[in-house]
Amino acid sequence: SFQDDTALSTTMAAYGVPPALGVAPEMMEEISTGTTIMACQYDGGVVLGADSRTSTGTYVANRASDKITMVTDNVWMCRSGSAADTQNVCAYVKNLTEEHNMQRRGDLDPGMADVKLVANLTMQLAYKNKDKLSAGMIIGGWDATLGAQVYGIPLGGSMQRVPFTVGGSGSAYIYGWCDNTWRENMTREEAEGWVARAISLAIARDASSGGVVRLVTIHSKGSSRQMLEPKHQSLCESELPVIPRKVGGVVG
Amino acid sequence: DRHAGMAGTGLAPDARQIVSRARSECAQYLSFYGDRIPAQILADRMAHYMHLFTLYWSVRPFGASSLMAVKDEHDGYALYLLEPSGECQRYHGAAIGKGRQAAKNEIEKLDLGNLSAAEAVRHVARIVYATHDEKDKEFECELSWICDASGGEFKRVPKHVVDEAVEAAKAALESDDEMDA
Repeated sequence: SFQDDTALSTTMAAYGVPPALGVAPEMMEEISTGTTIMACQYDGGVVLGADSRTSTGTYVANRASDKITMVTDNVWMCRSGSAADTQNVCAYVKNLTEEHNMQRRGDLDPGMADVKLVANLTMQLAYKNKDKLSAGMIIGGWDATLGAQVYGIPLGGSMQRVPFTVGGSGSAYIYGWCDNTWRENMTREEAEGWVARAISLAIARDASSGGVVRLVTIHSKGSSRQMLEPKHQSLCESELPVIPRKVGGVVG
Repeated sequence: DRHAGMAGTGLAPDARQIVSRARSECAQYLSFYGDRIPAQILADRMAHYMHLFTLYWSVRPFGASSLMAVKDEHDGYALYLLEPSGECQRYHGAAIGKGRQAAKNEIEKLDLGNLSAAEAVRHVARIVYATHDEKDKEFECELSWICDASGGEFKRVPKHVVDEAVEAAKAALESDDEMDA
């Protein structure tokens, strides 16, 4: 009763388990970024946020992964779904964007690209390979033409410009909260706080999300990254505060 | 695409082929990159296309030059001159065709940086009429523009503006003739 023989043999072979063992496919999962990612526009830029847990089934493959990848200085991409798929899509998009930039801008602003362009390229890749890919992405950035922009490109390869969006498995738990607390034209600090809180809430309830909260803020002057460790994340209902751990005899 | 237009001289079918290719390039760019093709990239692609025909023995170079006007988000309004050799250069003012030398001289006298679109239309009409060789047959002056007044789209200049410009051009021609006589 194997649903997909090829998927089975790839995942099994990856773990060195011969297919003949007949283990059901559901027992072995591909490496996936079971995730919470989000991006939102604020007055003057965008904030992208993500958790940092990469899981293969119940095993946490990486507890400090970086799901927000730079495409150009002013455009970053949040990745969710299959880690392999999104990493490769991102590499293609980076390459195509650079090629386009060479023709388009030459020596002006070599590090900058139109956010809409990056989003369209990602959408084309996602849509044309929709039967093979399992990748949900969020593109966020700032450019001089249209200012701060956020584009959501979910599983099927559709693209939509939005003021804010969430993605990944953890997003399901925070849709309502985000819709309720979202405000237009927040300041940078408010937006960063809002995104961090949303991701903390998702981490609290989603088993596939966890670790640190990573934030990237992009505005007209550039971009900056932050990381919020669990002890700095806001607490949710009935959670205990994080106990500082002793690291080599020194309290962390 | 809406934001770009062309005018050609020389062999009409060749000019039409160039326009057709430019349209395909615009459509392809739109379908892949999701946005209107920037001026520089369209010019580059057209130059490559025309150059192609100078590389192989099995084809002949185009027998037509063209002027391409494009509106671009970053560069604003751009004018490109496309030649059969594959050269494609951006200009403030350009002329092609039989009377181009005389037309270029006239254009050089203009202060192109400070002309409005409406003034430019009048100058263009005047120059076309002035440089038209009297030995040739009668002609129709067709004017198209792409400017803020046209909403950033390549369109025929509205009839009343054309009529006014053509009247002024004819009057200028007559007064020149009077002076000559």
